[in-house]
Amino acid sequence: MIARERTPLAALAGITLRWSATYGALALLGALFVLPLGWMLSVSLQDAQGVFAQPFRWIPAHPRWENFAVALGAIPFGRYFVNTAVITGCVLLLTLFSCSLVAFGFSRIRFRGRNLLFAVCLATMMLPGQVTMIPLYIAYARLGWVDTYLPLIVPAAFGSPFYIFLLRQFFLTIPREYDEAALIDGAGRFRIYWSVILPLARPALATVALFCFIGTWNDFFGPLIYLNSPEKATVTLGLNMLKSQIIGSGSVQWHVLMAASLLVMVPNIVVFVIAQKQLVRGIQAGGLRG
Amino acid sequence: MTMALTVRTRRTIAGYLFVSPWIAGFLLLTAGPMIASVYVSGTAWTMLSPPVWVGASNYARLLTEDTLFTLSLRNTLYYVALAIPLGLAAALALALLLNSRVKGTALFRTLFFLPSITNLVAVSVLWLWILNPEYGLLNSLLRAAGISGPLWLQSEHWAKPALVLMSLWGVGGTMLVFLAALQGIPAELYEAAHLDGAGGVRSFFHITLPMISPALLFNLIVGVIGASQVFTQAYVMTGQAQPGSEGGPNNATLFMVLYLYRKAFQEFNMGYAAAIAWALFALILVATVIQMRLSRSWVYYEAGER
Repeated sequence: MIARERTPLAALAGITLRWSATYGALALLGALFVLPLGWMLSVSLQDAQGVFAQPFRWIPAHPRWENFAVALGAIPFGRYFVNTAVITGCVLLLTLFSCSLVAFGFSRIRFRGRNLLFAVCLATMMLPGQVTMIPLYIAYARLGWVDTYLPLIVPAAFGSPFYIFLLRQFFLTIPREYDEAALIDGAGRFRIYWSVILPLARPALATVALFCFIGTWNDFFGPLIYLNSPEKATVTLGLNMLKSQIIGSGSVQWHVLMAASLLVMVPNIVVFVIAQKQLVRGIQAGGLRG
Repeated sequence: MTMALTVRTRRTIAGYLFVSPWIAGFLLLTAGPMIASVYVSGTAWTMLSPPVWVGASNYARLLTEDTLFTLSLRNTLYYVALAIPLGLAAALALALLLNSRVKGTALFRTLFFLPSITNLVAVSVLWLWILNPEYGLLNSLLRAAGISGPLWLQSEHWAKPALVLMSLWGVGGTMLVFLAALQGIPAELYEAAHLDGAGGVRSFFHITLPMISPALLFNLIVGVIGASQVFTQAYVMTGQAQPGSEGGPNNATLFMVLYLYRKAFQEFNMGYAAAIAWALFALILVATVIQMRLSRSWVYYEAGER
């Protein structure tokens, strides 16, 4: 018992030690996480010799900002950005509409078979996409949809289980009195969905929109198998094409490749900076209730 | 009586109308293709000629003759077995640090989280250069520490660990789930343990771990499902310039989905690819069921939660 007693000074020393250990670990790990991005920026500002310089100069004497222009000119990146924006925009609108409709049905209307259907909906989240991918590819090929954006966009009209789940969880927190008041005023169910629930659910819709944006913008597998014409490529596909082209050409221009990769990351980073809080909350909601 | 019935019937119709997009999607994009996939996996089908029914011979070939498939299965299991435990440990360690009551954790949370939402193709291109044996960041750092680093992606033995290392950079999402669980632990539990004379290590094993075990199970299951489907990194980083050579030195990074892609979209062997997809599904299903079973003995649910 006596051995456990500590003088105030020793306690203070202990706290200080713990604080500095925590900060030390955080700073070290933080540096490790930032280092690759910093290096990426540094390489993208070098000239062809600077990339291979030993030892590497982190801050080049003459930063070559024109590398970004070179990257944009190496392949039609502007066009790929537009292509990706078109696909992402369509997927976003369809997803928000379809998933919120379905989530409304699963959360605010009691009907026979609802719980069973919702359980099936959740179960399909576990299904790896590869199982349905091949028949779907064959079907899209028969429809003449290969090398169009349709296989990447149309499925969004049917909702996605994870987003349906997130929205349903949020809808459940909205008091039922709102619906009942609107019902008494003679509003139909679609009116209630559209003018009562959707406006109240803006934060949840924003979270779904963020995830959907990031997922669609970053998608690689879908565009890889469905798009063949180079002019229809998305940014991820374009970046991979540029990589193959540069590595294949023998003169490996890593500064251009890094500049291009950085440009592809910009929309992600912008979205992240604007909406970090919502992303964090969305991931945590999915994880805690899943 | 009839009035009550019509209200209920109308409500049911309304309910089904609202969920109809998902029902249609389930039938057209999930259930239908799943049934079709069973059929396709029993055929030899190149899409140029009509399918020929071959029964179970695709599966027989997968399991008995195809050494590349066996290798892809082994590579996938290796990757999952290394990336998931390390990823969970790293994510939990970061979350614990962020959960300690010091100021400025928001900044570090941002730093740890950012890489996980960036573009995987761009990240792969970046790491392709980071892992370059001569000029890459990683081996430069190792050299500064007096260690001569391995050839990473160009080495049969180091290619998979290299991809695992890269995956650790993206543990931000997993970390956030742990962090939310940690923040949900009532402080009184720790105070009571402290009064009882329990130290930090004991508190961790007897309070922290049990309290976050549901989050751990979630991260474990989601992580295994995701890692089993590893594709983009391997495709972008170990493909070099020649298409069709994806899979790294001596096929060291030939994972199941990469092999499936090769069979389906480079060789257009749809029947065989469908059989690989079902093998992957079986692997994921078995892994998930085992984890759920085992979880009964180690996941702690507060009373009433389940």
